[in-house]
Amino acid sequence: MLEALATLLVFQAIGEVLSYLLRLPVPGPVLGMALLLGLLLLRPTTIDRLRPTSLELLKHLSLLFVPAGVGVMLHVARIGNEWLPIVVSLLVSTALAIAVTALVVTWTARRFALDDTEA
Amino acid sequence: MTPRLDSIWVYLAATPLLGLTATLLAYIVAFRIYQRSGMNPLANPVAIAVILLVSLLALTGTPYQTYFDGAQFVHFLLGPATVALAVPLYDQRARLARLWLPLTLGLGAGVVTAIGSALGIAWALDASRETLLSLAPKSVTTPIAMGIAEKIGGLPSLTAVFVILTGMTGAIIARPLLNALRIDSHAARGFAVGVAAHGIGTARAFQVSEQMGAFAGLAMGLTALVTAFIAPWMAPTLVSLLSP
Repeated sequence: MLEALATLLVFQAIGEVLSYLLRLPVPGPVLGMALLLGLLLLRPTTIDRLRPTSLELLKHLSLLFVPAGVGVMLHVARIGNEWLPIVVSLLVSTALAIAVTALVVTWTARRFALDDTEA
Repeated sequence: MTPRLDSIWVYLAATPLLGLTATLLAYIVAFRIYQRSGMNPLANPVAIAVILLVSLLALTGTPYQTYFDGAQFVHFLLGPATVALAVPLYDQRARLARLWLPLTLGLGAGVVTAIGSALGIAWALDASRETLLSLAPKSVTTPIAMGIAEKIGGLPSLTAVFVILTGMTGAIIARPLLNALRIDSHAARGFAVGVAAHGIGTARAFQVSEQMGAFAGLAMGLTALVTAFIAPWMAPTLVSLLSP
């Protein structure tokens, strides 16, 4: 578990350093994820040491959003004043983004005969 | 007795212990309620935990900053958790290699739709410029969305709130919406939820199946990547076109 956590932090750190040095708009943790995927593809045996801790961390992913969510208390006035545009925009644009993504993925998969039917 | 309790509270509130403990307890209670409801998306655990914590802080007059001094340790784990997404992705590598083209096209369409429609709708309903710019990165996971908001002139802490609201919305509406559109593939369903509703959608997808979760996690990472490139020029351009 310690080893796995250290690995995740090291890859995050490498990602942050690369993002900073190369002035990439890509966030450090996302780069870290890509690099770790690269390592796993090169050395598949590493996965066994990482899997339990990683999956445990991801199981509680929604917990990690709670502290930022409590920040709503700082913006009560603004949200009260602009509730209509905020609510409609969040609701409709989230629905549109889900629908557009799912339809484009499905249509193009069908078009190129890559249908994922066994799912 | 009361003055004594007060001083204990003041003492505890000054240490990180309080924010951290309160966050974990609130989440445990929220997750129990979610499980009792049969994992009903309306009983979203993030929403319930936030309501519990905001009520507690309001009742005790504790400022958000004091709370966050403790809760930041939980917030910090978003970074390593994002890196950890490489593990379920590796497990799905075969499917990923086969579907890369549809996924790439879906990603581009989804990201542009999320930014464009959020700005367009909020502008049409007279939102302020700061609110508009804070809305642009709402489909991206919190720490990254806050960074983008800062870059384009939004309010990072307001963006964090929009991100959480977007995630909860996506987790709630995804199932009925995707059923209505007759999308059956777990890969396509998970990917769409990850593009629109980042980690909260991904957490929900993992509860349905590991495959759906892996594709949602992939989409969440890629959306952060693409939005970090697109939003800094798309959002200010759209905003100045709409409200010169």
